[in-house]
Amino acid sequence: MMMKRPDDALLHAFADDQLDAPERAEVARWLAANPEAAAQVAQWQAQSEALHRHYDPVLDSPLPAHLLAAARGRPASPWARWGMAAAIGWLCIGAIAGFVAGRNTAAPPVLAALPLAREAAIAHAVYAPEVRHPVEVGADQREHLLGWLSKRLGHPLEAPALEPLGYQLVGGRLLSAQSGPGALLMYEAANGERLTLFVGADATDGATAFRFAEHGGVNVFYWVDAGYGYALSGTVPRERLLTVATAVYRALNP
Amino acid sequence: MIDPDALVAELPRLRRYGRALLGDTMRADDLVQDTLERALRKAAHWRGGNLRAWLLTLMHNVFVNQVRRNDALRGASEAESVELASRDANGDRLGLRDLDRAMQALSADHREILLLVGLENLRYEEIASVLEVPIGTVMSRLSRARAALKVQLDGAPPRPALTRVK
Repeated sequence: MMMKRPDDALLHAFADDQLDAPERAEVARWLAANPEAAAQVAQWQAQSEALHRHYDPVLDSPLPAHLLAAARGRPASPWARWGMAAAIGWLCIGAIAGFVAGRNTAAPPVLAALPLAREAAIAHAVYAPEVRHPVEVGADQREHLLGWLSKRLGHPLEAPALEPLGYQLVGGRLLSAQSGPGALLMYEAANGERLTLFVGADATDGATAFRFAEHGGVNVFYWVDAGYGYALSGTVPRERLLTVATAVYRALNP
Repeated sequence: MIDPDALVAELPRLRRYGRALLGDTMRADDLVQDTLERALRKAAHWRGGNLRAWLLTLMHNVFVNQVRRNDALRGASEAESVELASRDANGDRLGLRDLDRAMQALSADHREILLLVGLENLRYEEIASVLEVPIGTVMSRLSRARAALKVQLDGAPPRPALTRVK
């Protein structure tokens, strides 16, 4: 029979059900004769129960797609599903013209920048038609949105104000690009027409001029600046898109 | 090699742990994502055994490296606490916000030990391995953490002699 008070560690182990049967029975016998210590043990157990009661609902909440993708070690679903079709589609792109501040150049496309533009076009095709969930975080949480995406991107992200051109920020989402995390910001005009700005790391040295590409009806202007690639996509006419892309570039490089 | 399905199966628990640890779902999911990335990078070192404890070890390291040193990031967003609190069981005396606030008022060490014991039900030896501290430290930290949580929840820090003197 246990005569002296069990030490604290033993009482915790009893509260947490970490004792083998004989020890457990011995402590239980002692507690039965020591109500104060028994109350202490019950209070510890109540704490653990409270933690379960309050945080267990998280177990039943839906898993975010980006975590599911990360657990499977692959980029978020759009690329997985669309990658092959897009790769074939891009072989068919005919016209890729360079633009420098509105001036045509004969420079060939920088191949390194192509994946970025392709990803941007696919992301636009996937998310712009979304009615219920076009973005993960809405513009009503603008500060949180930009803070979060900046952290994931490892680069301060800004959302250019495009109101003067008739576009409001809808929000944004995190994407998995070939080079790592990518950010997608979505803008919408009063008539529901949407533009997306894709930002991701790009290993291309230095900066490139504006370049234009088209894929599956999606027009894309893209450029590289200080290690990051930017791509503005939309189904609007190329001239209109260039106007907005110029505004975006100026907003990001004041 | 880690079975992706096994990893996915651990996601709900990792999110719960992160949510309780950080008091904020968005930051918790960031922590989980960083943990997954680390797990996949270190997958070659995975020697089998308790996947959950291994993931919690990685999560602890990510937490220590990234979050804990930034005390400015502490504290849940009010809106989210309200949203989760509305899901509380009826008649629950202690609101989620109260528990969140109490947990966030504790040191990171204390929060971790309370969650590993009370929520994850890890054995003390496993916790010593997750936190990379001796078992004696686990026990003394657990004891202090439980006392500290009680103080936070009761809202009455011990002020022994002071009130009596008057």
